[in-house]
Amino acid sequence: MATLDGPTPLERFIHGILPENPVYRQLLGMCPTLAVTGNMKAAMTMSAATAFVLICANIIVSLIRNQLKPHLRILVFTLTIATFVTIADRLLAAFLYPMSKQLGPYIPLIIVNCIIICRCEVCASKQTLGPAIGDALGQSLGFALALASIASVRELLGAGTWFDLQVIPFSDQAKWGLMVLAPGAFLTLGTLLGVANWISGKFSGKRTAA
Amino acid sequence: MKNSYLGQAWLVLAISLVFGALLAGVQVGLAAKIAANKLNETLSQIPNLVPGGVADQSEEVQMGERAAFKVMDANGKHIGWVIKAAGNGFADRIELLIGLDADAKMITGLYVLAQKETPALGDNIKKAEFRDRFNGKPTDAVLSAAQSPEGPDQIQALSGATISSQSVCDIVNGATDQFVAALAGGEE
Repeated sequence: MATLDGPTPLERFIHGILPENPVYRQLLGMCPTLAVTGNMKAAMTMSAATAFVLICANIIVSLIRNQLKPHLRILVFTLTIATFVTIADRLLAAFLYPMSKQLGPYIPLIIVNCIIICRCEVCASKQTLGPAIGDALGQSLGFALALASIASVRELLGAGTWFDLQVIPFSDQAKWGLMVLAPGAFLTLGTLLGVANWISGKFSGKRTAA
Repeated sequence: MKNSYLGQAWLVLAISLVFGALLAGVQVGLAAKIAANKLNETLSQIPNLVPGGVADQSEEVQMGERAAFKVMDANGKHIGWVIKAAGNGFADRIELLIGLDADAKMITGLYVLAQKETPALGDNIKKAEFRDRFNGKPTDAVLSAAQSPEGPDQIQALSGATISSQSVCDIVNGATDQFVAALAGGEE
């Protein structure tokens, strides 16, 4: 019994990028957002792993949505997500071993990333495969862009590099070491969140409450 | 049927079986490659840890409780050892590889296999600049970290990371002592 009058695949895709951006608009997935945005490489690996899990989970949940028992649905979502997270973790350990070591526990922690369970609940368990895939792609892209924005600021100011390439010729003393540490994550997220709110307030003509 | 346990739970049971099989397949397919990645990281460090060492010629041996590599040069001559060591750092466990000469009297190299020290401060222990400070130190010395070293047995500590620096010294001290004892005991 699919709801056919839900948003179309394209609407779902576009919503994920900015109007319903998982980090800046829904404030979901804060753990990886704060923990692995110290440099671009780690942030993009995390985004790719999350995208893989989100797309697979949305596809599976959308395919079995008519068989779901309402009171068992969260259990099914969690089983699905945990399976694909484990696969992503093993794939990284096999093919991107140094990155797997750097991300450490944060890959297994994708299981508890609320973005994914939220998309299963809001979209995939109610809509057909098309919108579910569009939604997963849009939300993944939105998450990747959010992580990229934070990681760019932190890596540039904290180390003077971007994707490990020297951009600003900092001496060791000039590097703003705070930015690659935990406080830098909070400062950057807070500032960019404010900017995102300000921009969306401008666009919609009214200030939305933060 | 609708209200029986099976009627409620069949989907959960079915996907558990399917996902279980999927994960087992992934594990069977990738386990060997993941184990090889770990071993390769160790082997690839052998030439840096024992100058002149060749990974292909070296063999893994068990020294008491400790895994070690007997390092040979290109001609098959025994020129040193690489031993694994681990202990607590400031944040979490630090795993090291220590290179020693053939008699295990001198440290010839140090490599950090795994660590979760504070980014930008403690995690500088993995940089060559810090690790190289251990080269040439005798294994019977008790090494310690100090901000202004006063003797040959003191290692220049990383600024802002005295505990991480001292942890590495402690792990090296403990591991080399044990290994030297095991080597002496094993060869009698």
